[in-house]
Amino acid sequence: MNKLEITICTGTTCYVMGGGNLMQLGESLDAEMSQKVHIKGSPCLGLCKEGRYGKAPYVMVGDTVISEATTEAILEFLKKYFHQY
Amino acid sequence: MNGDNHIQRMKRRLLIEVAQMAFRGSLIEEIDRLPIKLFPKDGPTSRCCIHKSRRIIHYRLMAMLGHGVEEETDELKRLSEYVAPMQQSQRTDNPILTVNDEACSACLKGRHCVTNVCRGCVARPCTVKCPKQAIQIVNGQARIDEEKCVNCGLCLKVCPYHAIVYVPIPCEEACPVGAITKDHTGREQIDYDKCIYCGKCMEACPFAAIMERSQIVDVIERIKGPKPVVAMLAPAMAGQFPVEFTKVAAAVKALGFDDVIEVALGAEMTARHEAEELLEKLKDGQAFMTSSCCPAYMQAIQKHLPEVAPFVSDTPTPMHYTAEIVKQRTPEAVTVFIGPCIAKRREAMGDDLVDGVLTTDEFGAMLVAAGIELDECEPLEFDRSAESKARGFAVSGGVTEAVQAIGNVADTIHPYLVDGLDKKALKLLSVWAKKGCAQANFIEVMSCQGGCVAGPCNIGNPKVATRRIRSM
Repeated sequence: MNKLEITICTGTTCYVMGGGNLMQLGESLDAEMSQKVHIKGSPCLGLCKEGRYGKAPYVMVGDTVISEATTEAILEFLKKYFHQY
Repeated sequence: MNGDNHIQRMKRRLLIEVAQMAFRGSLIEEIDRLPIKLFPKDGPTSRCCIHKSRRIIHYRLMAMLGHGVEEETDELKRLSEYVAPMQQSQRTDNPILTVNDEACSACLKGRHCVTNVCRGCVARPCTVKCPKQAIQIVNGQARIDEEKCVNCGLCLKVCPYHAIVYVPIPCEEACPVGAITKDHTGREQIDYDKCIYCGKCMEACPFAAIMERSQIVDVIERIKGPKPVVAMLAPAMAGQFPVEFTKVAAAVKALGFDDVIEVALGAEMTARHEAEELLEKLKDGQAFMTSSCCPAYMQAIQKHLPEVAPFVSDTPTPMHYTAEIVKQRTPEAVTVFIGPCIAKRREAMGDDLVDGVLTTDEFGAMLVAAGIELDECEPLEFDRSAESKARGFAVSGGVTEAVQAIGNVADTIHPYLVDGLDKKALKLLSVWAKKGCAQANFIEVMSCQGGCVAGPCNIGNPKVATRRIRSM
């Protein structure tokens, strides 16, 4: 089974705006969820440019961009995502 | 409460906006509009209405411009009018914290409350156990008489339904020295004769009513000015960002600093001298010595523990030694310490060799404002790198390890670590000083639990930062 890719932007803007704490996301996943996803950090995804830094930090789950990402918001998204499929 | 929450995000967003304006040189023209930009008409608000939100932002910006909210004499004075006098206020002896009374929610007195969960049971252990007979059953539920209640917490422990909760005043409970109390309106105020600038109240307040007075604008002005400005990176900075330390150093230069030096170099000197001092003092018959590098602890000594003062090391701090190195090399240099600590700003005010202090989050905001991507910076080797043991000063226990290793006193030293300066630790130090002996001969004191990596103005997760520093 292909794992769902979670890309956490570790560009400077996202990091400063709270992304530093998102790298611990793996610790908040239960065993079942951990099997289904692959978490990786990425250099700046370019989503913060053109004055949109206010919406940082950004995380991509699959093709979906989550702005103002928090651990809770990502978990919520994952729950819905896996429920749907 | 440190870490990822709305308060941190708002603070950093404001810092970024202020830094952008300062870099552009447009603070006076633009800053008055910022509260409206952040809370536009018909937009969402975190308070009762956008007007309150905007006013709170106004005071936050005042602090970011370096001014205390308490300074305000005319409510009509615009933010742009606070921009100019900033440079002069930089070295004043004013307190480095300020209370945003507009933001303070005036929490009710810390107390025990009965919630709706109470079923008015037959056993009623709360009424039985209460030593002050403060609990009555009214309309089928327990009710606590606040006049009689002494907040012992027995009712909370015995309630089978967990129906009783304790509602604290977060800032007052976080303060280890009782420096923050209510004024006649119920809002908090800080007694600066008691405050040790540890920043614990600031971290604890869920309304972000306690703010530090920033020097970010002043530092940016100095970078743009003619004198060479040298950044001194605290040991804790080595763990703050998800890139190698050499890239952080490169980013500092990209911001416009003329040179960058690690404070861990000064930490080597502190460790060496502290080891020598320890041996000497033990030889002279003194029972123990405490470290002196934590500025909040030094404030506590001055204001609350005069009896411990004779036992505190006289060795200057890593920041002081580092500034000395810089000024010897370039006497006209402007020295700016960058680290996660706000008490350091207080220490710098009393140190002629240090011209300014930037906190880690202010530094991060400057990077975003200047559009610098850390990962894309070309690594910059320091002229001289510090020993890894010296970088350990940023992690609790690291000062002891550095003193042991660099000062060669591993056999003599019996260390004790005060990891987080709370009421209990202050009491313990006082008792040891009065008795003239302790259960150790070297006591390392860190105001923040975990060390500087857990400081109040950090960006990185303290655990990750610790790992990163340990692995260097």
